[in-house]
Amino acid sequence: MTFARLRSLGFWSLVVAILTYMTLPTLVVLMTSVNPTEILAFPPEGVSFQWYEKALTYPDFQRAFKNGLIVTSLASTLALIVGSAFAWLVYRYSFRGRGVLEAVLWSPLIIPHFTLGFGFLLLGGAFKLQQGYGMIVLAHMVLVMPFVTRAVYVSLATIDPNLARAAANLGASPFHVLTRIELPLVLPGMAGGWLIAAVLSLTEFTASLYVTGSRTQTLPVAMYNYIREYADPTVSAVSAMLIITTTLIMFIADRAFGLRRVLAIDTH
Amino acid sequence: MTATSQAPAAVELVRVRKEFGSAVGVADVSLKIGQGEFLTLLGPSGCGKSTLLGMIAGFLTPTAGKIVVDGVDITDVEPYRRDIGMVFQSYALFPHMNVFDNIAFGLRMRKLPKAEIAAEVRRAIEMMKLDGFAERRVSQLSGGQQQRVALARAVVIRPKVLLLDEPLSALDKNLRAQMQVELSELHRKTGLTTIFVTHDQGEALSLSDRIVVMNRGEVQQVASPIELYRTPANGFVASFIGEINALPVARYERTGNEAALVLPGVGRLAAPARDSGLIHGSAVRAFLRPEHVRPALPDEAGPNTVSGVVAAHIYQGSHTITRVEVDGLGLIETRVTGADIVSAHPVGAPIALMLDLGEAVLLAAH
Repeated sequence: MTFARLRSLGFWSLVVAILTYMTLPTLVVLMTSVNPTEILAFPPEGVSFQWYEKALTYPDFQRAFKNGLIVTSLASTLALIVGSAFAWLVYRYSFRGRGVLEAVLWSPLIIPHFTLGFGFLLLGGAFKLQQGYGMIVLAHMVLVMPFVTRAVYVSLATIDPNLARAAANLGASPFHVLTRIELPLVLPGMAGGWLIAAVLSLTEFTASLYVTGSRTQTLPVAMYNYIREYADPTVSAVSAMLIITTTLIMFIADRAFGLRRVLAIDTH
Repeated sequence: MTATSQAPAAVELVRVRKEFGSAVGVADVSLKIGQGEFLTLLGPSGCGKSTLLGMIAGFLTPTAGKIVVDGVDITDVEPYRRDIGMVFQSYALFPHMNVFDNIAFGLRMRKLPKAEIAAEVRRAIEMMKLDGFAERRVSQLSGGQQQRVALARAVVIRPKVLLLDEPLSALDKNLRAQMQVELSELHRKTGLTTIFVTHDQGEALSLSDRIVVMNRGEVQQVASPIELYRTPANGFVASFIGEINALPVARYERTGNEAALVLPGVGRLAAPARDSGLIHGSAVRAFLRPEHVRPALPDEAGPNTVSGVVAAHIYQGSHTITRVEVDGLGLIETRVTGADIVSAHPVGAPIALMLDLGEAVLLAAH
């Protein structure tokens, strides 16, 4: 065996090892979801979809899923509006305190969700908003804002500034420059940012644990509460459905809006 | 077509000035551009030519001065009300629109009837040889095709003036030559007053009615290409337009119908006795094109024959540029047809050169 082949073998072994390490926990959960018996056994002892049926008909999960959709759609949309405005400000103008604004905006990436959730819980107590939708939406909005802002900012920054000039040169008023040129060009960024926000919000657990109540709990919190009492594969089934759904959404979003470009993962 | 005093100017710049902080981008430029004229702003990067163009388009506000188009002062008019077409260096085609929509954009902003827009766009597409590309996305076009779309988009609105900001610089050499011809044709067909910005003297010489040479924000000379090449107004223009040998500073002697340059270490060279306004005894500098320097014939000896040693040959196919180290004159370039000189006078060999100073440009030295 030549050195080159040995090196190639070593490289691919490493790749496989990393992929295995990253996906193994998920695979284990997915596999236990089809276990026919009432225990979370790995490897599964057969194939059955009864836990999927239970997950879909379990009232707590149904309500939690609905809660999640309400919170996610509100939080992502609000984050999109506020985040786009922020991105626009930071992109278009340089002003005093711009650096501070940016730092505050990125801070949810650094501050633990635990801290934010706890903070919102205390705030909720002070303003009599405990465990209401309002508080959950506010918390989620803060958490997903950096992602939306970044997505919009990146798509703004990639617009050739001469496009606005060219449009003006051809007779477009500032309003028409915004509606005919700039908005259509950032729209994929906004849509991509919204989707990322939605997925993050839908699966957020740590902060949600603090700000939700039994009536308003979101799906991850409901799953946590379920597994504290029952150890059957229902949560595995919920997990599987959640993963499949988000993967589908991301796949479609990538196809429709070029998500990789929007998030600056792919710079081409 | 050159601007004449009786014809109204299409564009008039009156002492236009632009300062960036303490730096002067454009220093009090005054210019009249005739109806239908093809005028080129030529100069090195940072000379202020693009800044001037930006002010005419309305993207930059002059610090002082006035810009008049068709007799109307547009200095404070917003860019979108100026009716001035522009082609950008990067083309700035709208990436979310196809070719048709790009070209139609200006007409739609003017709220023309749909049928009229379609007809105008079709005409522009035909004129720019873009048939069959109307539905293409602009990202699917080659550089040359994008260039044509940008031109069509600017021309279709029938602007009062067409501005071209280095539109050929992004193209490769062959395409550039072809687009030069097309630009020329387009100008002939549309008759649009055109202001063309470039740093490429070749483009400027081949396309322009008149050329404005700029350096450091100031106009150096305004002249036709031939005038500019033959009689540059100063050393900057002489060295910027084409290749030229700058001889060391000499003393100018004028007696009757004869003139001479006296160079220390070289002696007297016969100079043209044109009425150049040069004063007897003053310091002058002679500029001589390489095509006006040739190897001397074997038995040729005259007042303007100098000897030197071949330093290098630069073979260019149709001609050869030979650099000769001449005592007292420094490096002198000669340009001769073919490649015979390479074998006749190898590098390091002595060579006698005949300087055709009758063709030289004499400028007072400071």
